[in-house]
Amino acid sequence: MIRLGRVQVKVIERVVATIPLALAVALAAFVLMRAIPGDPVDIMMGEGASSSEEEMAALRTGLGLDQPIHRQLVVYLKALLRGDLGYSIVRSRPVAQMIREALPATIELAMCAMLFALALGIPVGVVSALKHNTAFDRVSTAVSFIGVSLPAFWLGIVGILVFSMTFGWLPTSGRIAYGMEPRHITGLLTLDALLTGDMTALGNALRHLCLPAAALGLGVAAVVARVTRSSMLDVLGSDYVLFARAKGVPEPAVTTRHALRNAMIPTVTLVGLQFGSLLGGNMIVETIFGWPGLGRVVVDAIFARDYPVVQAAVMVYALTFVGVNLITDLLYTVLDPKMALE
Amino acid sequence: MGSVMMHEVASGVDAGAAAGAGMLLDVRNLHTVYPSARGNVRAVRDVSLTVAPREVLGVVGESGCGKSALMLSIMRLVPRPGRIVEGNVRLDGVDLLELSPAQMRDVRGKRIAMVFQDPMTTLNPAHRVGDQIVESLRVHGMTPSGAGRPEARRDCLRSRLWQGRRDREEERDYVIELMRRVGIASPEHRHLEYPHQFSGGMQQRIMIAIALACKPRLLLADEPTTALDVTIQAQVLDLMEEINHDMGTAIVIVTHDLALAGDFCDNIAVMYAGQIVECGPADAIMEDPLHPYTRGLLLSMPRLGSRQPLHAISGEVPDLTSVGAGCAFAPRCERRTSRCEAEESPLVQTRDGRVIRCHAGTIVSL
Repeated sequence: MIRLGRVQVKVIERVVATIPLALAVALAAFVLMRAIPGDPVDIMMGEGASSSEEEMAALRTGLGLDQPIHRQLVVYLKALLRGDLGYSIVRSRPVAQMIREALPATIELAMCAMLFALALGIPVGVVSALKHNTAFDRVSTAVSFIGVSLPAFWLGIVGILVFSMTFGWLPTSGRIAYGMEPRHITGLLTLDALLTGDMTALGNALRHLCLPAAALGLGVAAVVARVTRSSMLDVLGSDYVLFARAKGVPEPAVTTRHALRNAMIPTVTLVGLQFGSLLGGNMIVETIFGWPGLGRVVVDAIFARDYPVVQAAVMVYALTFVGVNLITDLLYTVLDPKMALE
Repeated sequence: MGSVMMHEVASGVDAGAAAGAGMLLDVRNLHTVYPSARGNVRAVRDVSLTVAPREVLGVVGESGCGKSALMLSIMRLVPRPGRIVEGNVRLDGVDLLELSPAQMRDVRGKRIAMVFQDPMTTLNPAHRVGDQIVESLRVHGMTPSGAGRPEARRDCLRSRLWQGRRDREEERDYVIELMRRVGIASPEHRHLEYPHQFSGGMQQRIMIAIALACKPRLLLADEPTTALDVTIQAQVLDLMEEINHDMGTAIVIVTHDLALAGDFCDNIAVMYAGQIVECGPADAIMEDPLHPYTRGLLLSMPRLGSRQPLHAISGEVPDLTSVGAGCAFAPRCERRTSRCEAEESPLVQTRDGRVIRCHAGTIVSL
């Protein structure tokens, strides 16, 4: 009998609990897609009305769309249980392959946006708390309030106008210049470039990442800064911080080892939630920056009523949310030893 | 007759310097204020006290009388915007208020240690108790054997990486020994546990172990037993008594419990509205309180077997933003005269070595 640690048990529990959730999400996506008026054949053939009724009926039969909905659902679920996500109706390619291609781009963008948000938000929050009620604190609080209110697409457009059009420093769209792609390993271009040692590709990929990551990350940075500031203020007033000072702990260590570590718990919760929405909610930014990610695939698929693609993408989003939340929970146990026992 | 026996103290610097000689801690004319929206809260007003090596001093008073502010002032840890306005805090003759922040940091934890009221909130929930004990040593660049290591002083994080395995084992052994010393069972396992895995009394023992790690000469204990059950209180006090006895650590214990101070301390300082109103040997004060406030406190202590109703001091603690020219206790005092309301009594010394701040007090004693 293998003895499992608390963390392993938690992971297994979570994975098992995900299965019914995934099925429920699949069902919801299936039903909702079909509730929207118009089917893929209408959209494909619709505009010109050049095709005859017979041709369209034949196409529907070929795609199985003439079957009653419950039959379609059974076919879909059977395939799903085999791990088959089906074929894209519009592009005639396996959906799994489309997602495999697009997902790394979305993950890379979301991770860079999050890194940007943390690198900006945490220090600003900490310094605001340390310099509570000073000019820095007031200005950063005001700026972060504005940051929360600005939509990412507006920031993206302004970013393109300023940094690409006016100064010409950064590219306007795409992930990397044509022909510079590093050898495919993980699908994350920056990581692949690092692994293959291709520094030109790395630089180019990073330049492409700057604007979309900043546009997506700025709002998150503002929220992170606000949450970090308030939890830091709480913790700095706590008895254990006073006790650390009474022990003679130097001020930088009081801030990091004693205060920041405890103050990070609310921030980690927030980052988990925000990361999920960065992965799932960046369709607009991907569209503005011509970023070949899952968001664009989904937008195209929704307009084309490409049922299998939308259904699969919704499931991917749901599963990434669950995965990110699991990682967040595991991070808690590192930060807060009380959680490890519960 | 009375005026011949007493003379004013602590008003002139010369008299003060003589009184502080040979003392471990010598606080003189200390004033601490907390600015607030309603005005300056004068939490500590003209407090002078001394602590001899190995002495146990009790600072007694009701909530809000400035006891904790006094302790934090001695440590120079008064939270902003509060600040020390004037006075001296001498430790072994060195004025702590003149030290640079780095020098003061070296005093904290190493020469003066402090324990707080509520161990549940005072121990850091995110760190193992063993690590929290060791941290006191490391921040002062000390090894368990007590020798200073200058390179560790510069950066305790870096020293942790460079530290040899033998040093670490030595530290661990010291932590275990210290935990055993403060009465924690099976410390060889428990030093790896987190604060929430200990009971309140055990947490207080750990806090004391942290305070003792650098073998300080002075321990400031701010209501160390208030958050604990009565039986546990007695155990923690016993432990502190042992430490005082075996290690020679002088202790200043802040409490609102006059009976506790009477049992536990050599000397007692009674505080009211930010001032010391009576200070002297514990036995003398418990038997024959001179200041009407001390008397009131003593009368309001419940006694076993007594059928008399408990005495209560009427009135409320004054607002520390607006203390007038008269005695702060006068509005509540049964013996007040027109003089009490007009001017504050200076600190006067009685023949038996006590100091009181009262116009009427000495007359009472005669």
